[in-house]
Amino acid sequence: MSVVAATGASREPSARLRIRLRGAVQGVGFRPFAYGLAARYGLSGFALNDGEGLLLEIEGARHEDFLSALRREKPPLATIDSIDVERIDLCGDSDFSIRESAGGRSQTRIVADAATCEACLDELFDATSRFHLYPFITCTHCGPRFTISSSLPYDRPQTSMAPFAMCADCARDYADPRSRRFHAETIACPTCGPRLDVEPGVIVERIRAGAIVAVKGIGGYHLMCDARNAGAVAELRRRKERDAKPFAIMAANAASLALFAEPTEAELDLIQHRARPIVVVKSRGTPAPAIAPRLTRIGVMLPYAPLHHLLFHAAAGFPAGRDWREEANDFVIVATSANPGGEPLVVDDADARRRLSSIADLIVGHDRAIVVRADDSVAAVVDCAPAFLRRARGYTPDPIDLGADGPCVVALGAHLKTTVTVTRGREAFVSQHIGDLDDAESVRFFDETLRHLLSILDVTPEAVACDLHPDFYSTRLAEEMELPLLRAQHHAAHVAAIAAEHGVSGPALGVALDGYGMGDDRGAWGGELMRVDGSTWTRLGHLAPLALPGGDRAAREPWRMGMAALAAIGRLELAERLFPEAALADKIAESLRRGMAPKTTSMGRLFDAAAALAGVCLEQRYEGQAAMEFEALVEAPRTLPGAFALRDGVLDFSPLLSLIATERPSPREAAEFFHGALIEGCAEWIAATAQAQGHSRVALGGGCMMNRILAEGLVEALRLRGLFPLLARAVPCNDGGLSLGQAAMARAAFAAAEREKESAACA
Amino acid sequence: LSHGAGGRAMAQLIADIFHTALDNDWLRQGNDQSVFEAPKGRMAMTTDAFVVSPLFFPGGDIGSLAVHGAVNDIAMSGAKPLYLSASFIIEEGFPLSDLARIAESMGAASRAAGVPVITGDTKVVERGKADGVFITTTGVGAVPEGLDLSGDKARPGDVLLVSGSIGDHGVAVMSKRENLEFDCEILSDSAALHGLVADMVAAAGAALRLMRDPTRGGLAATLNEIAQQSRVGFRIEEAAIPVKPEVAAACELLGLDPLNVANEGKLIAVVAPEAAPALLEAMRAHPLGRDAAIIGAAVEDERRFVQMTSSFGGARIVDWLAGEQLPRIC
Ligand SMILES: [Fe+3]
Ligand SMILES: [Mg+2]
Ligand SMILES: [Zn+2]
Ligand SMILES: [Zn+2]
Repeated sequence: MSVVAATGASREPSARLRIRLRGAVQGVGFRPFAYGLAARYGLSGFALNDGEGLLLEIEGARHEDFLSALRREKPPLATIDSIDVERIDLCGDSDFSIRESAGGRSQTRIVADAATCEACLDELFDATSRFHLYPFITCTHCGPRFTISSSLPYDRPQTSMAPFAMCADCARDYADPRSRRFHAETIACPTCGPRLDVEPGVIVERIRAGAIVAVKGIGGYHLMCDARNAGAVAELRRRKERDAKPFAIMAANAASLALFAEPTEAELDLIQHRARPIVVVKSRGTPAPAIAPRLTRIGVMLPYAPLHHLLFHAAAGFPAGRDWREEANDFVIVATSANPGGEPLVVDDADARRRLSSIADLIVGHDRAIVVRADDSVAAVVDCAPAFLRRARGYTPDPIDLGADGPCVVALGAHLKTTVTVTRGREAFVSQHIGDLDDAESVRFFDETLRHLLSILDVTPEAVACDLHPDFYSTRLAEEMELPLLRAQHHAAHVAAIAAEHGVSGPALGVALDGYGMGDDRGAWGGELMRVDGSTWTRLGHLAPLALPGGDRAAREPWRMGMAALAAIGRLELAERLFPEAALADKIAESLRRGMAPKTTSMGRLFDAAAALAGVCLEQRYEGQAAMEFEALVEAPRTLPGAFALRDGVLDFSPLLSLIATERPSPREAAEFFHGALIEGCAEWIAATAQAQGHSRVALGGGCMMNRILAEGLVEALRLRGLFPLLARAVPCNDGGLSLGQAAMARAAFAAAEREKESAACA
Repeated sequence: LSHGAGGRAMAQLIADIFHTALDNDWLRQGNDQSVFEAPKGRMAMTTDAFVVSPLFFPGGDIGSLAVHGAVNDIAMSGAKPLYLSASFIIEEGFPLSDLARIAESMGAASRAAGVPVITGDTKVVERGKADGVFITTTGVGAVPEGLDLSGDKARPGDVLLVSGSIGDHGVAVMSKRENLEFDCEILSDSAALHGLVADMVAAAGAALRLMRDPTRGGLAATLNEIAQQSRVGFRIEEAAIPVKPEVAAACELLGLDPLNVANEGKLIAVVAPEAAPALLEAMRAHPLGRDAAIIGAAVEDERRFVQMTSSFGGARIVDWLAGEQLPRIC
């Protein structure tokens, strides 16, 4: 492909530059962009994708203009990590050409999936466009990438578009450097591309009639139903065996979302980000309360695939023009991952039919395969900036900069909400959310994800990291890898993850306010104040231990933690009044009196204990339910003098528990006192240690930091004390971010071991 | 109880206790070894060390357990157990009366099983070098002609049976240890299974692939071991697995999964599908197999997972544990 470069009259002497671009520069329309720039400034030369990224050579007088434009402008999906420029000999070529991709060991990367762009949307609803109402419209600025790619380089034959031979029109656009679809590997049209097997109009009709529809999307299937139809929502819960966990909703646009939720400006920005995450925002309590029972916040998202837009177009009555795209429409759907009983997403059609036939009334598929599964990402705005609850579609596989080079390691996470991390050079690639490793499908997905990540990164790991816990599948797999192995303590890894993403080098002070992780004494830890330095750590403080009657049972049944709290304050006689329904209460009381139960320092279990004492939640039907419902009651946290005691790094909330148990404040008061006391207590605890240790930055990690009230309150309280709190931004603060911390720890351990080897060799 | 000075008299005293309790012709001869007639054909041999706390628990004690353990390990090959040996490590200061109680219980178990302890040894060690009493038993038995059971013989499609309710032993021991009381006392299931095994062999014969007693680590560990040995997976049905209500309640209280809890009088059998109904019938006809049930099947699975289908359809991996049951929920 070549065009003749315009000959620009210029007084500057000609020069030839070789420009090396690294980062997310392939498959994002960079070559046509460079072509356009070359044409603008009358330059000749070429653009070439290779293993390292993009190689440009330009020749002509206005090369400096080209360079500054390159630094100023870029295609929307591109991320430039580095630009290296070198002046070379003139070669006197007459035009600017785009050369075929060259192979080689890959240092480049696949970009994340992006929501349909505005230009494509214009064509989608333009009756004169050849892409009119075509559900697979994409261009170099939008559409699936990661989820359709089996390996690098990102070229059509390595994607699930491979089976679709381009028609003449598509081939022309693909070859035309002036087209938005120049080298768009996903290019397709109604003549040559994938097909949807049910009309959008029919899908909407069925949803309106109360049906549950499984719809194949970008990273997997969604189950959809009418969010305003309480019966349909209840039926979806019944069929999915998910009787309380909140669902997310999808509405046509921001105006429609405003009918159901009250996002802030920052939240709206996040909702409209091209990754289109689910964003947890203030709910108006509609459409059906059953969508997020007993919660005041709701997960919302906007359409991100052309099919989603077509559904809302159909729901609006197939209007012409573009006004409807901004107008409020009360058609709103529940869109939840189609994974029966917590298993990973269903991605292939045969599998969908097998596994979803008992859940969905209608299954909508298409013939473009999903190569890589990716759930919807879930995020929230915490302390004015986005934070992940779950990181997947739209963000994976964007790397996290570790700030320095290091060995290639893999880290396998823990057990729940798992991700894996692979490092390459100074970058950490954190996989999409995989899920809980307790069923065979999830384990298979876990293996597949690890394999795929290693393959697209084209690396061979030198070390592996896992949790200290001996009985996780991830631990077993790590043990089998026959690599130097780091067993990272759970909470040290939580702190290390935050330190890593914020580029903290050297020792980091942090807290992990968490549910459970095994300590080096095999104890059940989860409210830990630590100093983490590379792969080593010191436990500087912890929450006062509570009993954990019945291990994991106590995590599912907060009333047991309520009993543990009563035991801690010596008021077990209140059990009968507080938990009259609990069948085993007297037995547990007995064993608590004898001090038989194991102990835990978990913040998550402390939440459970308080929520149970306040009568808010005695049994959880999903993970974190008690804490979420408790948080939902808070309007403003209230401080309570004497709510906690701090002794030798041990933070004890017995006075607070005692107040909730004996004075019986209303659930709201209890929740507000609890959150207020937690903020004050943790701030005092952290500040005292930070001062003693001479630290000013503090990492705040662990699953409990998903609690916005706690996170924002604690951040503010720490700032007031002159400290600089760091929150998890690049990966979730929960176990979804654990693999990043493990990877950072493993790199440090490996580097230390290498140094030792070297010095031993020298001596 | 003391060792060292005056040890000779003490050693004699201990030997007398055991000789009296376990009394038989071989022991009476007082040799350092026992000589016996060996049957024709193949033999099976096993050895096991028993350490249990507490030593006495509802439904048994370390003495009966040591007999049943060895007898059952022999029986799991389909063999008829013939003779046992026993060795005792006794901590200095251990009450003689408790030792006598253990010896008597051992004698009773051995007589009831019809498998004599024909040779043995005792050693007393310093305080703190042992925890009360440790017993090691060895057993030999005769394998019936034509029977060749082994852990690597499960094939996809084979049926999996359990001889009765699971978790009784472990929960009995733990309840005693934790001083828990239930409306209905939980007894260890400790029992000698060779009678049941003889009936099973008669009913299913060569269709039997393997048998195993799910002791330490419980059903979960045993199934995972077999899955590895046989290179298959297992699918089990939660609802089909017999668990006594009081055991379930205790597990709920202690946060234990009955699948990971030890049994001392139960066996699992893997059998060719066509022989499963006859086998189940034979098991149920025996007092120790009254509650026998088909709980699942071997399946093809290159990962050799043991998966359990719950009452509402989802399946979870049933794993073996490195040690005690630790929490997992973060
Ligand atoms: Fe955690
Ligand atoms: Mg043995
Ligand atoms: Zn586009
Ligand atoms: Zn086409």
